[in-house]
Amino acid sequence: MLSFLTRRLLTFVPTFIGVTLIAFAFIRLLPGDPILLMAGERGVSAERYEQLRAQFGFDKPMWQQYLDYVWGIFHGDLGTSFVTKKPVLTEFMSLFPATVELGLCAIILATIIGIPAGVIAAVNRGKFFDQALMSTALVGYSMPIFWWALLLIIVFSGWLGWTPVSGRMGLMYFINGPTGFMLIDSLLSGQSGAFRSAVTHLILPTIALATIPLAVIARQTRSAMLEVLGDDYVRTARAKGLSPARVNGVHALRNALIPVVTVIGLSVGTLLAGAILTETIFSWPGIGKWMVDSIFRRDYQVVQGGLLLIALVVMVVNLIVDLLYGLINPKIRKG
Amino acid sequence: MTDSASQPVPQQTFKAPPSRLREFWSSFRENRGAVIGLFVFLGFLVVALLAPVLAPYAPDAQYRDALLVPPFWQEGGSTRFLLGTDALGRDLLSRLIFGARYSFFIGLIVVTLATTCGVLLGVIAGFAPTWLDTLIMRLMDIVLSFPSLLLALVLVAILGPSLLNAMIAIAIVLQPHFVRLTRAAVLTERSKDYVTAARVAGGRKLRIMFRTVLPNCLAPIIVQAALSFSTAVLDTAALGFLGMGAQPPTPEWGTMLAESREFILRAWWVVTFPGLCILVTVLAINLMGDGLRDALDPKLKRS
Repeated sequence: MLSFLTRRLLTFVPTFIGVTLIAFAFIRLLPGDPILLMAGERGVSAERYEQLRAQFGFDKPMWQQYLDYVWGIFHGDLGTSFVTKKPVLTEFMSLFPATVELGLCAIILATIIGIPAGVIAAVNRGKFFDQALMSTALVGYSMPIFWWALLLIIVFSGWLGWTPVSGRMGLMYFINGPTGFMLIDSLLSGQSGAFRSAVTHLILPTIALATIPLAVIARQTRSAMLEVLGDDYVRTARAKGLSPARVNGVHALRNALIPVVTVIGLSVGTLLAGAILTETIFSWPGIGKWMVDSIFRRDYQVVQGGLLLIALVVMVVNLIVDLLYGLINPKIRKG
Repeated sequence: MTDSASQPVPQQTFKAPPSRLREFWSSFRENRGAVIGLFVFLGFLVVALLAPVLAPYAPDAQYRDALLVPPFWQEGGSTRFLLGTDALGRDLLSRLIFGARYSFFIGLIVVTLATTCGVLLGVIAGFAPTWLDTLIMRLMDIVLSFPSLLLALVLVAILGPSLLNAMIAIAIVLQPHFVRLTRAAVLTERSKDYVTAARVAGGRKLRIMFRTVLPNCLAPIIVQAALSFSTAVLDTAALGFLGMGAQPPTPEWGTMLAESREFILRAWWVVTFPGLCILVTVLAINLMGDGLRDALDPKLKRS
């Protein structure tokens, strides 16, 4: 296990260096001069221009800028937003909980529906329920979620009036809690109706974001279950006279879950990509919307820092998934 | 495909074995969903090719007397505009028909680009010395560490928002999957006897790479290419929706959705139909891709 761990960690380092290089290079390639952009319509004098260039280190050679950048990363300095003048890391940290809250809700929803659906489909293989479920899953898998989100708004916010159109919390509440998770903070705040407001704001984005992972998990669970159901130990369990529910739910499912856990872990990247669209549509104040807004505002430092932090989150989660997988499945550790 | 030799062909011992295409078709046909997908796909293809003939109006013709007219079956709609008009008085049906052209064009170009680069790199990685192999695979790992849509978005921001740049960005994001797949397939094939035989017979390295080994790795690549087609259509539409893909007034489905966003609570049809077109196209391609996988590569399981 230790050698597996070191081997996996060793590939992490060059990938991380590559990611910093890409984030660094991308931003130097973006069109437009950042300083003229900051100055806005009034422009700056040539003198002040040079001064600003020196202040941001744009006058140094490229390699030195890169080293400064990496030095900054290790000291938690990812630069300062050109627009809000706040440190990128601070902004990221204040918006990240919103994305995590939405992502967690989505992945929980996808898991608690997807796994049972996949199991039931596999047990009833070829029957009507299986076919209906798998067709639905394929539709979900093919869904353009930006459109799906708009449809949800039309039906549930427009026609039925059940949920708000956008945002995270009703305007009459001011929640500034300790955790950054609106569901928890609104409960802690003790304001009546705040929790309800948080939930109604969360429902539609969660459904939109959960759709694709849900379809993937259901399909993966079904195929993993089908593979396991033909194995000898399942037959033995059946022959022992265990109830079908116990055989399917305990013996088979436990082994079928190994690949499913991986799929759930690896969908973090998909979730973050989906969050870009979902958050933009629902005006959800998370990092997806932040990145899109920053790209449109040409806020170089934010795009550079955000890109790096998001890639880092994905890499760390993938690393954890890999290690967990090695822990559950000894076959993986060698090779 | 090496599989064709190992599959038993009962009761045909005295006849010539069925051609590879026929064999493929007979196993593809068993999958009802795949056949439906194929027909829907072909239907859209015909619509795309015949767009100028089929569309009742030009995609950018504006009828100022008919802004946001609902579809014909709804009150206030008329058969003049079957699916209604958008906020500028353009016929929605005509725009959707012309939109089909864009989606197929996008899918085709993106998949061609991604497959060519990906397969080339994958074959090289599979045959290269360790250092080059590691370098290529690390590079692909780096590309894969970014959520694909985010990377595409930043790439488009660098290149400038346009349909062509969106397509390039998505091709770049998609190609690591081809590299990994091709490399894995090459590595399994490389050690087989027929490759050794070709080498012993004095085949040049390039010939062995592309004429001997590559054709035997094609099955998973074709499946991946089919499934990438749907990702390409979906992601380009997503970029268009975010304002970073095709620019208005291009009748690209994602861009049309973006233009119609402010009317979602007033005019459901301008939002519903473009998205439905994306969904049906992507669904048809995915159904077809599943069928392709089952027919070409029985070893790959459904997931």
